[in-house]
Amino acid sequence: MIYVVIIYLWTSLLLYLLLGGADFGAGIIELFTSDNNKDRTSSKMTRTIGPIWEANHMWLIIVIVILFTGFPEIYAAVSTWLHVPLLIMLMGIIARGTAFAYRHYDAVEDEMQKIYNKIFRYSSFITPFFLGIIAGSAVSGTINPQAKGFADGFIFSWLHFFSVAVGLFTVSICGYLAAIFLIGETETEQERKRYIVKARSMNFAAVVSGGLVFLSAAIDHVPLTQWLFGNAVGITAITAALISLIIQWRLIRKGKKTIIRFLAGFQISMILVATTFFHYPHVVLMSGEQYLSLMEHHGDDKAVRSLALALLIGSVFILPALFYLIYSFQKKRPQEI
Amino acid sequence: MNDFIAARSQMALSLAFHIIFSCIGMVMPFFMAVSHYYYLRTRKMVFRNITRAWSKGVAIFFATGAVSGTVLSFELGLLWPGFMKHAGPIFGLPFSLEGTAFFIEAIALGFFLYGWGKFNKWFHWFTGVVVGVSGLISGILVVAANAWMNSPAGFDYKDGIYYNIDPVKAMFNDAWFSQALHMCIAAFAATGFAVAGVHALMVLRRKNIEFHSTAFKIAAIFACSAAILQPLSGDHSARDVAKRQPAKLAAMEGLFQSGTHVSLLIGGIPDSKTHSVPYSFEIPGMLSFMIGGNVSTEVKGLDQFPVDDQPPVVITHIAFQLMVALAMVMFTVSVLYFFVLWKKRSFEKNRWLLRLFALSTPLGFLAVEAGWTVTELGRQPWILHGILRTQDAVTPMPGIQYTFYLFTAVYISLALFVILLLYRQIRMVPVLYDVPDGKV
Repeated sequence: MIYVVIIYLWTSLLLYLLLGGADFGAGIIELFTSDNNKDRTSSKMTRTIGPIWEANHMWLIIVIVILFTGFPEIYAAVSTWLHVPLLIMLMGIIARGTAFAYRHYDAVEDEMQKIYNKIFRYSSFITPFFLGIIAGSAVSGTINPQAKGFADGFIFSWLHFFSVAVGLFTVSICGYLAAIFLIGETETEQERKRYIVKARSMNFAAVVSGGLVFLSAAIDHVPLTQWLFGNAVGITAITAALISLIIQWRLIRKGKKTIIRFLAGFQISMILVATTFFHYPHVVLMSGEQYLSLMEHHGDDKAVRSLALALLIGSVFILPALFYLIYSFQKKRPQEI
Repeated sequence: MNDFIAARSQMALSLAFHIIFSCIGMVMPFFMAVSHYYYLRTRKMVFRNITRAWSKGVAIFFATGAVSGTVLSFELGLLWPGFMKHAGPIFGLPFSLEGTAFFIEAIALGFFLYGWGKFNKWFHWFTGVVVGVSGLISGILVVAANAWMNSPAGFDYKDGIYYNIDPVKAMFNDAWFSQALHMCIAAFAATGFAVAGVHALMVLRRKNIEFHSTAFKIAAIFACSAAILQPLSGDHSARDVAKRQPAKLAAMEGLFQSGTHVSLLIGGIPDSKTHSVPYSFEIPGMLSFMIGGNVSTEVKGLDQFPVDDQPPVVITHIAFQLMVALAMVMFTVSVLYFFVLWKKRSFEKNRWLLRLFALSTPLGFLAVEAGWTVTELGRQPWILHGILRTQDAVTPMPGIQYTFYLFTAVYISLALFVILLLYRQIRMVPVLYDVPDGKV
């Protein structure tokens, strides 16, 4: 049953990265859009993701619940040593979720809209940035449970080149996903071109920050190249991601939105496969060869079994409803009154 | 402020904030479903307009409650890693089921808010009901997890080791039913009184009278039924607490000395030095009678517990008295309301009744906050009753007072935003919602 739980954990993380990520990305694109196009981007966003945006963020809750029920030691360790970046990420989640809803549901449209927009755009950047920092710090070996003092224990556990680079990479991936998604939602050729340009620059940002990730891995002694290229799965996944990226750019001109979206999703999944496979089942790598492993640090067997059952039962309800929601609003324009 | 007090304050603040949004999120959908139902049946525009106006409010509250709930799921670990390390697997089951319920709620809300005129009208109505039902189930599951902290079950404990774990038994612990029932009724009463109060005020100001008085009626029926039922559930809960957590009951009642023929104290400020409760009004034998059904029942006082195991008596007692007093006020208002309904008098003409409701707007939520203060403070010094002390569970990270200040600032700003948005929604009713053809 532990495998069921691990599969759910990984899949929920992936779905959060894809769906939540595209959602963050829309805010990131708004942040980097010239002022006269900003409003068009925001209204497009509300229209297209309005009905599903709450659901996109539920995946994070599923991840957390799986962690604290199934892997309490991992949850406790991560939330102790990465308290600060988690806190900043939470602030981002609060600011973003509320600003998105408030700008839409404010009955009076006035100067407040500017405040909501500002909060929304900056928090759309900060949240995935710190999500990336957390992911980077979890595997970079910088968490030191024996650390004495505030800075060593709670600041340098996450503040270093590698995790910051992973943060930037996460941000650009989110922006890229959102641009790819929005290309499919456009109505005019001019709009389409605008998002293609966005996708291109986000793609460029991902390449640059990806380069930074490798560079900083070398500086911080994170054996990243070994993880990615030291095994067949890593090499295959990275190659598959690259191929799918090339095909995406070929197809964008032809405007096949479903295939492009699928390929972008596939590309991100392959990146997640490559970065998690090598050290699996170890998920937290701490200083001095200490680690936390999904196989060794899971909770009591009976708890894992009941968690797996709860997840299986949950998906019977959630998945069909979610598919129908996404399907319905792809066909019909959302209609509020 | 030391880190331990700061961590407790931050947790208390986060819960106190979140509870308001959860109550509204789990109750308002039912009000909407009723008004939506009347619209679909009668095609009267006023019902549709009320449903629309309420749904905007629900969306604002849901978005805020969703993020404050997400924050709580992290805060459990950020502040109490020593607790979650052991408790996670044992009481995680209600949380994992709650994840499902919450997910369904978010999906159904997407259908409901954006699906007007897009689906079969009864399917659309049904998605609104699903929002309410899954919200209610979420609430019950989270309360079941809290009940487990009051009434640990589903594991054996020896020398710091938790074994023989049974998550199902943990979820259905002895306290889950009485706590969940009390909370659900409280949510209906609190949300109902808040909504009815706002609409009553608007009727008093003679604004959009048909709209506001119809909305008032729907909310008031729920609120008053809940407020009349609540004392029964409260009595059940108190007896349950007397059995499982006698120290909590003693603190609630300000009872220092154990004994039979124990008086019920009304009001008063407990004095831990003199072991007396000055300024209180005594009803001889009443507490014994309420707990055990006759005056010779023995009730345990704080003297039965070592000082280190006693909950803070002053705040627990005052919060409990406040909760009961507020419940009594709401009970009385509800009886008057049903009396007026029964006499078939028009309450638009009975302006005193509307004034009473307008004054009662915050009472339900004050009672909810007071009640949670009793539950949580009354459990201290334990985070897991009788097993793990709160101070042994707190995070080793120093400087929690600063995160507490940060959260305080954030929650105050969020509260101000929500108040502003609601004020604007209500002010815009004549323009946006109460329009004859329902078109904007």
